[in-house]
Formats: sequence, C-alpha cells, structure tokens
Amino acid sequence: MAVSVISITGKGLNVSSLTSKSFIERLIQEDYKFFTGVPCSLLSGLIYELEDQNCEVRYVPSVREDAAVGLCVGAYLAGTMPVLLMQNSGLGYCLNAFTSLNLIYKIPALVIMSWRGKAGKDAPEHIIMGDIDQELLKTAGMEYSILSEENCEEVLKKAKQKICNEKLPYTLIVEKGLFDERR
Amino acid sequence: MKGAEAFQELIPLIKDEPVVHANGFICRESFTLKDRKANFYMIGSMGLASSIGLGVALCKPDKKVIVIDGDGNVLMAMGTLAMIAAEAPENLIHVVIDNEVYESTGSQRSISSKVRLEEVARSTGYKNVLRVEKREEIKAAFLKLKGSAGPNFLLIKVEPGFDPATGRVTHTPEEITDRFMQAIA
Ligand SMILES: Cc1ncc(C[n+]2csc(CCOP(=O)(O)OP(=O)(O)O)c2C)c(N)n1
Ligand SMILES: [Mg+2]
Repeated sequence: MAVSVISITGKGLNVSSLTSKSFIERLIQEDYKFFTGVPCSLLSGLIYELEDQNCEVRYVPSVREDAAVGLCVGAYLAGTMPVLLMQNSGLGYCLNAFTSLNLIYKIPALVIMSWRGKAGKDAPEHIIMGDIDQELLKTAGMEYSILSEENCEEVLKKAKQKICNEKLPYTLIVEKGLFDERR
Repeated sequence: MKGAEAFQELIPLIKDEPVVHANGFICRESFTLKDRKANFYMIGSMGLASSIGLGVALCKPDKKVIVIDGDGNVLMAMGTLAMIAAEAPENLIHVVIDNEVYESTGSQRSISSKVRLEEVARSTGYKNVLRVEKREEIKAAFLKLKGSAGPNFLLIKVEPGFDPATGRVTHTPEEITDRFMQAIA
C-alpha cells in the first residue's frame, strides 16, 4: 500500500508517494522480512518505521556492518529474505564478507546504502568514500542503482530479479533528502 | 586435549541441528570427521560464523543452532557476542575451540591466553556459560547446554596440534549453500 503524504516545500504544495513508511511497506510486500544494519541519519526515517511497534518485521540493530552481513546470510540460509541498511562508510567493513561469503556462496541480500560525501560536499571523513563507493561496488562486481522516487518500482524489480535469479546482492543507494530524517 | 579430540567428543552429540563452522581448521576437522548436509562450512569471512549462526537462530526459532567457533574468530568479532546476548535466542549454542593460537595460519599466538572469552560471553549476558579443559568433561557440558534455554556458550580449551594431513572441504561454496538450505528448510 503506497501512502501519499502532502508536504510543504519551498515551491509550494507537493504530493509525494515515496515516504519512509511507504518504502518499508513496499519492501515487506516484496517479501523482505529480516532487517538489520547500522544507522545513518539519511536512513533514520526507514529505521524509525522498522522499529515501530506495529511494524510486522524485525529490525536487529547490528554492532558492525560486516556482522550485519553475517546476520543477513544466516537469515537467507534459514529461508528469510534479508535487507541490510548502512552508511557507505560501512562498505569497507563489508567488502571481505561480500567477496568471500555472499558472492562465492551465491547468497543474496538487498543492501540499502546511504550516500554520504556526494560531490565532495560533506564532512571530511565522508569525502573519499563518497567518491569511490560506486567504483568499489563495480570492482567487486556488485550491481546497484541510485534510488529515486521515479525509479523506485523499476529498481525494486531489478533488485528482485538479481536476488532471486542470480542469487547476488543488490544495492540501492540513498541520497540525502530521499527519505525523511528523524530522531 | 588436542582440537581433534574435542571434535571427536562433540560430533557424536550433534543430531540434526544446523551447525555453522568458523573458517580454517575448524571447518576441515569437522568435515573430515563427519560431513553433514546441515553443516555450513564458512571458508572465508573470518569472524562471521557467530553472526551467521545468530541469523539462522533468529529465523529458525524451532531449531537448535550450533556455532563452532575459534578463539581468533571470536576475538575478531567480539561485538557479535554482545549482539547474541542482546537478541538472546534461546536456541543458540556457541562452542569455541580455544587453542590460544591462529593455528590455521601457522600457530601465531592469539590473545585468548590473556583474555577469558567465556567471561566476556558471560558479562555480555549469555544465559549459561561453561568452560572445559578435559576431554571427559565435554559430553556432560554440551548436553547440559543443549538442554537449557540459551544463548549458551561452551569454551573448550585445547592444545594446538592440528594434523595438516586433515582433508579440505571438497564441496564448492554454492553446494554448501544449497545443501545447508535444503537440510534445514
Ligand atoms: C579477514 C581475515 N584475516 C585473516 C585471515 C587468515 N586466517 C584464516 S584462518 C585464521 C585463524 C583463525 O583462528 P582461530 O579462529 O583461532 O582458528 P584456528 O585456526 O586456531 O583453528 C586466519 C588468521 C582470514 N582468512 N581472513
Ligand atoms: Mg585458534
């Protein structure tokens, strides 16, 4: 069920259908049932929805991103489709897990990765990773899409195809402003 | 007691439970003694056997899940002990073969001779924690932990001395995935 919200922007009244709530509901509808990760402010709205009492799926707070990959692998082996939420600063921690576990054992996961450091405009610690994260994914042979309101349905389909047919992880990159930030 | 003896005691006590193995000699020893479809042999991703086991345990609450870990693996992912204790799956048994070395890479010392891993597990909140140093103690300890609600932790102190002639896992990683998933479905 896509929930429409009306938000006031600088340009006036704007109707948007992609919200943290509607996106999590879409993922659950797509049969993703196990969620884990390490927070990023850009993903805070999503995690807030997952932690909602009425949310039907479980979010397991992970201590590190590579441990979250391990959790996702266990969930998948047990027959539950997993989602990993992380900041791109967690990508380095995950590369060994992706290359020596997921990619060779053919164990998929949906990865939702925030894009800090885009275009060099961010805190210093994010600049280099913001510049190289997509190259790292490509070098590892891992496909991804930059998620937007317009391509959401299309990339979810593409992700599902990669995950179910090729049994490979698929990453959705989330830019600042796509989802609301909450605390 | 050598590591191999610990496996000789442990393996007959395992029935149809899923077992996730840490990388290195732990996979090889278990594979050589008794290959099973419900064995997940983690050949890379050092440190992640515990989080993989936690994921399986959370998604299969009706099955007892066993992780056979190494001291080096546990030390690499010590935060996962806290995660296991916090999620508190009753059906998880975490066994650590502690030889105080990274035996698989040539027996370089680890720091588990100075840090008591079972005390770390206990203080994070594992429900039952046992430490054994003698082969004769393994059976009773393991069965006790298997019979009580977890997460439970069994530390087995062993001497290094792995036989390098022990076989390597011959299944491909993809085969390991398929058989394990079918066995525990
Ligand atoms: C990230 C990473 N670092 C280092 C290695 C090399 N390595 C393979 S097995 C191993 C030792 C594991 O030690 P432990 O868990 O104590 O098991 P043991 O070999 O003593 O049975 C190491 C260091 C690796 N595979 N991955
Ligand atoms: Mg060791």
